[in-house]
Amino acid sequence: MSSRARKEDFPVLKAKDVAYLDTAASSLTPQVVIDAMNRYYEQFPVNVHRGVYELGYEATEAYETARDRVARFLHAKREEIVFTKGASHGLNIVAHGLAKTLGPGDEIMVSELEHHSNYLPWVEAAKTSGATLTFVNLTKDGEITEEAFLKTLTPKTKVIALTYVSNTMGTITPLEKIIPHARKQDAIVVIDAAQAVPHMAVDVGQLDVDFLAFSGHKMCGPTGIGVLYGKEDKLNALAPFEFGGEMNDYVSKTSVSYKDAPYRFETGTPPIAEALGLHAAIDYLESITYSRIGAHEKALRDYTMERLKAIPGVIIYNPHAPTGIIQFNLEGVHPHDAVTAFDQHHVAVRAGHHCAQMVMHWLNVPATLRASFYLYNDYQDCDRFIESVQAAQDFFAGVGF
Amino acid sequence: MDRLTHLYRQIILDHYKNPRNKGLKDDPSYHTIHLKNPTCGDDITIAVKREGDNILDVRHDGSGCSICCSSASVLATLMQNTDVSHAKTLITHYHAMLHGEAFDEALLKEAAAYQGVKQFPARHKCATIAWQAFESALKEEGE
Repeated sequence: MSSRARKEDFPVLKAKDVAYLDTAASSLTPQVVIDAMNRYYEQFPVNVHRGVYELGYEATEAYETARDRVARFLHAKREEIVFTKGASHGLNIVAHGLAKTLGPGDEIMVSELEHHSNYLPWVEAAKTSGATLTFVNLTKDGEITEEAFLKTLTPKTKVIALTYVSNTMGTITPLEKIIPHARKQDAIVVIDAAQAVPHMAVDVGQLDVDFLAFSGHKMCGPTGIGVLYGKEDKLNALAPFEFGGEMNDYVSKTSVSYKDAPYRFETGTPPIAEALGLHAAIDYLESITYSRIGAHEKALRDYTMERLKAIPGVIIYNPHAPTGIIQFNLEGVHPHDAVTAFDQHHVAVRAGHHCAQMVMHWLNVPATLRASFYLYNDYQDCDRFIESVQAAQDFFAGVGF
Repeated sequence: MDRLTHLYRQIILDHYKNPRNKGLKDDPSYHTIHLKNPTCGDDITIAVKREGDNILDVRHDGSGCSICCSSASVLATLMQNTDVSHAKTLITHYHAMLHGEAFDEALLKEAAAYQGVKQFPARHKCATIAWQAFESALKEEGE
């Protein structure tokens, strides 16, 4: 894959000289996605599912075509695709709905790897239902293994809520190994795929997950939109999360009824332009192909990891991670001081706890630095990053840190 | 690295490496405020001992980046042995400085070293968290 050509696809990379290494937080937006969103505002900027006039029909068609596209992308049925605000929203819908089916004695299995978005909804679900949270043990590389999973799985485990790819450790949860065990006892499997869908092909049927959520803005799509996939029967068994226009069937003074999935979860005017943008982002990623995207990220990550390891005073927390995420620190330099120095070299790297404070506690550090790679990065970005690390070390050593 | 040198002034580095007034006293007469910046993990506690309007002592503790930790130390030395009205004036000038507005450099003394922060909006929070805690401690005890 020619990343030089890829850079041309992203207006911000033409306008700004930056080595952008924070895709794990948010990816950049290609022109085709911006064009798709503009098409809505320029050609049929009206509401969906309401107007019987032609403009309303065009908007509805475009919005529902985006749903078909997502369904094809995940190998699901269109009735199983709920448009949300993002992965957090989708996970909240599921946790809120499942909480009503749980009670004291039931267990919800999570891990310390979870982003707060796939932890706090379950903390609340446990509080309201009386269920107990259980944690899968991690290996020293931050992996969830089949063995550890089986040790935590009990007959009381009713929900298994795990991340697919960790946003900090960059590890991949072996879903194909653990989900068959969940199936033997009817536990519901909920997967946070926010860091997976942007980087690898996901087939929900093959994985046999019950629910899976991701965000548009980490996969070249817009902010403000995400997808919640749910098996049709499981979605329809879930109580609605929000109530209002469009999610209902019948409303009177004495009775109300709600639509079937996906519409029962989409009250109010949905993010229409964003759905078109997400459609374009999926087309864009699949035109490059996931095998190329994955190989490219891995090559950049390996290249950078090798150089980073050779620099004394760099602490790497995930040297064996199989994805394009490097989590590290500079000895004696707080991550916030380090990123300010990197920024002087126009290198954008994340500092902080990455919305995963449990991982920080597990690593026993207050915060870390994270570099993450995507299809628009190239070896020059990696070189610039390495140079900025060395320059930051030199600067802070020079001032006596 | 000119802008960086402008940010990391000698005074700041000195207070980072050799913090003054660090460590809390086991004394209930101190009014204590604990603040966190959840995005980066900065964690600062400021304790103020007053007698009426006189600020007798300011202590600090916690962890964070160099800008955050040093500013707690600078704040503590600047504020002890002063009074509430003067402290409020200093707070106003400090915020004015960080926002690129007119301020009295002589009045702020060592705290004027943080003027480089105005070029780094992403670091404003680091330079103000100790000051916010101090301001809250004053307010809670009654200005």
